[in-house]
Amino acid sequence: MSLSRSDVENIAHLARLSITESEATVYAGSLSKILGLVEQLNSADISKVEPMAHPLAGQVQRLRDDQVTAEDQHEKFQRNATKVEAGLYLVPKVIE
Amino acid sequence: MTQLHNLTLSEMAKGLKAKQFSSVELTRHFLNRIEKFNGELNAYITVTPDMALQQAAAADAQIASGKGGSLAGLPLAHKDIFCTDGVLTTCGSKMLSNFVAPYDATVVSKFKQAGIVMLGKTNMDEFAMGSSNETSFYGAVKNPWNLNKVPGGSSGGSAAAVAARIAPAATGTDTGGSIRQPAALTSLTGIKPTYGRVSRYGMIAFASSLDQGGVMSLSAEDAAMLLQAMSGFDEKDSTSVDAPVPDYVATLNQPLKGLRIGLLKEFFEQGLSPENAKPVRDALAVYESLGAQLVEVSLPNLPLSVPTYYVVAPAECSSNLSRFDGVRFGYRCDSPRDLMDLYKRSRGEGFGAEVKRRIMTGTYVLSAGYYDAYYLRAQKIRRLITDDFANAFKQVDVLMGPTSPTPAFDIGAKVDDPITMYLNDIYTIGANLAGLPAMSIPCGFLNDLPVGLQIIGGHFSEAKLLNVAHVYQQSTEWHKRVPQRYA
Repeated sequence: MSLSRSDVENIAHLARLSITESEATVYAGSLSKILGLVEQLNSADISKVEPMAHPLAGQVQRLRDDQVTAEDQHEKFQRNATKVEAGLYLVPKVIE
Repeated sequence: MTQLHNLTLSEMAKGLKAKQFSSVELTRHFLNRIEKFNGELNAYITVTPDMALQQAAAADAQIASGKGGSLAGLPLAHKDIFCTDGVLTTCGSKMLSNFVAPYDATVVSKFKQAGIVMLGKTNMDEFAMGSSNETSFYGAVKNPWNLNKVPGGSSGGSAAAVAARIAPAATGTDTGGSIRQPAALTSLTGIKPTYGRVSRYGMIAFASSLDQGGVMSLSAEDAAMLLQAMSGFDEKDSTSVDAPVPDYVATLNQPLKGLRIGLLKEFFEQGLSPENAKPVRDALAVYESLGAQLVEVSLPNLPLSVPTYYVVAPAECSSNLSRFDGVRFGYRCDSPRDLMDLYKRSRGEGFGAEVKRRIMTGTYVLSAGYYDAYYLRAQKIRRLITDDFANAFKQVDVLMGPTSPTPAFDIGAKVDDPITMYLNDIYTIGANLAGLPAMSIPCGFLNDLPVGLQIIGGHFSEAKLLNVAHVYQQSTEWHKRVPQRYA
């Protein structure tokens, strides 16, 4: 499997990453190599195998009562944001 | 008397209880050594001397009043992947170079409650993605055994700090070998527990079905003491396992007579030179002399671990790292044109090259039309590998083999070729895919560089692994070697 520079630019867009043209060329090479490594997986017979999403068999997702347990700490949390006003996160204008 | 920095944690704990020295003295001693040696090693990203001395004074008061627990007053360093309330938590990334965590990870708060003193936060590969600690935004970490070599990764700062005795022990995390491989390359004892044994709450996520926190220390006994305190159910982690934590220290000395050790045929056949295999084979001979039986076992799907991992881990990483959007926390680009530009440039400028490579790999394998061919297939092969391990544990008690295909390599030697770098984890990834506990312990040297023995057990067999490691360390001296410069 070989990826072109424009394939990589498309993937970078899906991943919301800005990359330069020269970076895209480098990534086209290394991502193609990684996918080449991954091709080894085609050698295994998986026709009767169930996919495994969790490393411990039989684990079930726990549920808890639908009650508020966390306290409001938004001021503390928003200290890590670069742009905040009146308790709101600021982003560039979205609606024209 | 042995210098303070060469004591194990259990020896330090005895010294504290006997009032031979105080926690403040012990903490000052390590802070002075950090001051002296961290510049050349780059093991710590952040040192927290004021907080450390306050915690030490509080621990001394507890010990004086007879209330201190077994770990009270012992210093320790945390990998900078664990959130620490009020302290910079970078995950080795420019993306989080301004992030002061607003809460403690469960591991951090458990250690705080036990009276452990935090010396600082250790360097690591960016977002734990790397095997050499060269992807850190804060620069490469040096191996205390040879400053031109890498310490391994991703917990490379923790490894270098403990090996150079500028921390007596440190936390680490292991997604594909990030505790065991650096432990092997720096002559430490490292343990990655069973998936779900240690809470992942507040541990910055890389690949959530593989990530597990653990420790790096000078002995299996120290690892047992620390693992005891950090393990256990946590309702804040949805994959935390609600099972009792055994007394890991109590069973350390159980005799190994009759222990069935499985030798992983695939490990010895794949990428291991005879001279690198020798210290491992010597260690196996020691186990035989202690009454264990060696049985060769084959895990036919194990050679597919690396390609399986490089689908599953990047897929999970691309999903986990989508939270970094330049809005709520972390790096934000200057003067974005619009929202898309804000996202793309904040992420493009905030993440380093390897992290971007993995995000893109993950985005690709999860994208429409490719999901079945990559992600679904990898999840099926993950089951085949896990079943191989389960079958092996019907015949043997533990599996053994090398931790790493080579000792520490030169800084810069593998940075340009991701595939060569990925193959460093060829022996460690299997345990993560299957969620199994695994250790690395020092078992010798090759060209003056440390070699590690890997021990893998069945789910929740940490007590057995620590026992197997401890008994070996009672009859060998490898784990007591100190790099000359830091003795």
